[in-house]
Amino acid sequence: MEDIKIGRRFFLKSGGAAAAVAGATIIPIRNANAATLPASSGTTLPYPKKAVGSAKGLPLNQAVSFAYPDDSSACLAIRMGSPVPGGVGPNGDIVAYSSFCTHMGCPVGYEPGTKTFKCGCHFSIFDPENGGQMVTGQATEDLPRILLEYDAKTDSIHAVGVDGLIYGRQSNVL
Amino acid sequence: MTTQINDRIALPPKDAQKTNMTCHFCIVGCGYHAYKWDHNTEGGRAPDQNALGLDFRTQLPPFATTLTRAMTNTITDKGGKKWNIMIVPDKECSVNSGLSSTRGGKMASYMYTHDGIGRERLKHPRIKRGDQWLDTSWEQALAIYAGLTKKILDNDGPDGLFYDCFDHGGAGGGFENTWGTGKLMFSALKTQMVRIHNRPAYNSECHATRDMGVGELNNSYEDAQLADCILCTGANPYETQTNYFLNHWVANLSGSTVDKKKKWFPGETAAAAKIIIVDPRRSATVAICEQVAGKENVLHLDILPGTDTALFNTLFTYVVQQGWTAKDFIAKHTSGYDDAVKTNRMSLEDGAKATGLTVAQIKQAAEWAYKPKASGHRPRTFHPYEKGIIWGNDNYVIQSALVSLVLATENVGRRGTGVCRLGGHQEGYTRPPYPGNSKIYVDQEVIAGKGLMYTLWGTNPYQTTLNAEQHRLVLSKRAKIVDEAISRARGASTEQLVDVIYNACKYQGGMFVAAMNLYPTQLADDAHLLFPATHPGEMNLTSMNGERRMRLSERFMDPPGSAKPDCLIAADIANTLKAMYQKAGQVDMAKRFEGFNWKTEEDAFNDGFRRAGRPGVEPIDSQGGPTGYLATYDLLRKAGNNGVQLPIKEVKDGKLIGTEMEYADGKFSTGDGKAHFKPAPWNGLPKMVADQKAKYRFWINQGRANEVWQTAYHDQYNSFVRDRYPMAYIEMNPDDAKALGVAAGDVVEVYNDFGSTYAMAYPLKAIKAGQTFMLFGYIKGVAGDVVTSWVDRNVVPYYKGTWGGIKRVGTVDDYKKSISFKDRRFA
Repeated sequence: MEDIKIGRRFFLKSGGAAAAVAGATIIPIRNANAATLPASSGTTLPYPKKAVGSAKGLPLNQAVSFAYPDDSSACLAIRMGSPVPGGVGPNGDIVAYSSFCTHMGCPVGYEPGTKTFKCGCHFSIFDPENGGQMVTGQATEDLPRILLEYDAKTDSIHAVGVDGLIYGRQSNVL
Repeated sequence: MTTQINDRIALPPKDAQKTNMTCHFCIVGCGYHAYKWDHNTEGGRAPDQNALGLDFRTQLPPFATTLTRAMTNTITDKGGKKWNIMIVPDKECSVNSGLSSTRGGKMASYMYTHDGIGRERLKHPRIKRGDQWLDTSWEQALAIYAGLTKKILDNDGPDGLFYDCFDHGGAGGGFENTWGTGKLMFSALKTQMVRIHNRPAYNSECHATRDMGVGELNNSYEDAQLADCILCTGANPYETQTNYFLNHWVANLSGSTVDKKKKWFPGETAAAAKIIIVDPRRSATVAICEQVAGKENVLHLDILPGTDTALFNTLFTYVVQQGWTAKDFIAKHTSGYDDAVKTNRMSLEDGAKATGLTVAQIKQAAEWAYKPKASGHRPRTFHPYEKGIIWGNDNYVIQSALVSLVLATENVGRRGTGVCRLGGHQEGYTRPPYPGNSKIYVDQEVIAGKGLMYTLWGTNPYQTTLNAEQHRLVLSKRAKIVDEAISRARGASTEQLVDVIYNACKYQGGMFVAAMNLYPTQLADDAHLLFPATHPGEMNLTSMNGERRMRLSERFMDPPGSAKPDCLIAADIANTLKAMYQKAGQVDMAKRFEGFNWKTEEDAFNDGFRRAGRPGVEPIDSQGGPTGYLATYDLLRKAGNNGVQLPIKEVKDGKLIGTEMEYADGKFSTGDGKAHFKPAPWNGLPKMVADQKAKYRFWINQGRANEVWQTAYHDQYNSFVRDRYPMAYIEMNPDDAKALGVAAGDVVEVYNDFGSTYAMAYPLKAIKAGQTFMLFGYIKGVAGDVVTSWVDRNVVPYYKGTWGGIKRVGTVDDYKKSISFKDRRFA
């Protein structure tokens, strides 16, 4: 897939680049049996598989924007620099999260110095190195984690699902 | 992907039932709505298809809602029918304007379901037989409880009956339940051996301010939007009065209420508020205020622990010297000013020396808070305070010093001012007068082997009292004596069992322990009888918040099993005793237990809150005062989440009209209507505390964390909280930690002459060398174990003032892997 080759420049552009890619792709249903079984047989939402980029292309300890599972859901991917729970990639250190604070949907910003996500609206802090755990704040949920898959052959990272409800949605898949 | 679906929620359909719910956790009492609907239906995503009126077909923008899975649940009613529920913040409520906190946002999750977070709830009475808890009937439980009570009353008198009981609002409280329990303890049993949920005697946390004629909740939350300056002492409102802070303080600090100030106070200089925070610790609130207001508008007075009185006396003296006092007000509406000026006198130099501040810092504070504004008007300075004073170095003296400063500058009774405690729980007090003449230190009586029966009503002294280890060890030992006696009473009738228990208590030093609670709690280790209680949502309940705003939380679901509201448990006990006395022909005693013929919690409300101060009615101490009778459930239901601010002035066009500001007319709560200054000379540390300080290296400060409510009675079952804090954490200085060989996540022992406990180390740069902060009242690691037994003249503890040693115990591997030890200060 062409977007796999897109490097850092892709990551640094939020929304727009991701939207262009997503727009050109038919969203596949991840469940391999989906085509043959009735839709009601699954408990998993039809999350798309979307390319996030290459592991090597991710800058160290910097958040790069992408959108998942659709263009209106902003996310941030980070190569933390050392293995973390749920991390993928050659070093098990790549994670991604929804960038909407689970409290009231304000965008969280990544602070490389403390390796935390911070929400400026009501001062919640989340830890990407601990599964998006709320360090302190007013949310009742940790930051939703974007589930990633890593293909060592192509060094590509794909988003394949979401663990946790994204702010402002009844369902993660609209 | 998973069998635990966490990426979707069910929406309430348009016709979902919608009821009012005031958050039953902290004092602020945010307004919420509870939606309930058939679990086999759900609303659609279009705004006209769901009860929230929101368009879920596209991504909602920020601030559109607060709606998480924690705000939903599926419950089952007594008939076996399932319902979906959703509890979401109310945008129209003036308290929170649609904000939810991390505590209130979890209310729906905490409603009972058999396999949910509340699964450990008590459903039926339980009795401990030997070493096992067994369910039993209300009849047997009441027969044992009332039978033993009667035997003690008849043989030993009411002093044999000890109680530890809530006196607040919200869950485990409310006007209905304080009345039910109060009527039982004070009018019927007439026992004086009563302590309150968070302190070891039957006393107030605000004796001094009340003695001075200034009730501790004297303004409105809106006044925090109008103040020129906020001088906040010993409080951390971001974490403990969250939406009061976010919705009202932050609005003022960020300057968004300047237009409102200009409109309300024409001709006065108006700007964004400045804030002075008096706290030895750099709290989350300090850090956030700096973000919101800019560092130049935040003055953090990091005084030495326990030196608040010295600070207030120094400010008082300086303000008098500068001529910034409210001379007319002092002359017309106060007494004792001249004496206070003399007794409380403290020079800038002496004040700086005592508090560890610089003279410049103290002057700066005085200028911000009391120097006339450019327009010539005296500033409107709001003086909120909480546990740093209430659990501080002599509650009575600090409050006397603070309120004297406030009176001298007329910072009460004017809009934009106030001298108010911020509060912990909501309030909800209606009780007959306490039957004793003095304050009795009940914990020490327990430790001394006094008393025969101890009822712990919605409380948990094991986690929350002072000198806690000693108290726990003695009570446990005394309870075990009763355990052994019960286990030997095989096949005994209820009457025989009562005799066995009585003899174990009376002649062998035992103590029978009963508890009314939502959960078994740690008390189950030593209790003998447990009664299942209810909380808001399962009963109708009224409380008032920190601006005296009274609301009715409506019942919308059944309680688990046969759980009952506390007021009706009290009525069951009274009615059982009445029948026992009637049967025994003790007519006079039977009469004492009359007046509990309540079918519902509303009956209890009408009997207490609504009868207070009415002609011909016996004395009732009620926060509703003599106009409480105007508040009916019906009118409160109509008043919704905005309710009415007590005291009620009148009912106009079917609407309750309340009081926004107390003392606006200059008449204070004293016999002569004048506010009384109080002498409060700087007192230094109490010897008992000073001895610990001399002996041990670390100040063991303690208090609450944002994410944990009270004793974690619900939270301990919620992975969101428990996985974050599996044990009480202790914030400590990184260099201190290093010197002790302690890393983040290590378990440490905290110890002194009074006790020892464990905590999870959380090194933070914000903590000064030699200081710590430990999570108070938690399930694992009881900070109260190292709190001294010192109390003030009214038996109010100094929880905040203890010193201890710290040593590394070891590492729990999982803690370091799964818990974030990143900075809890937003910077």
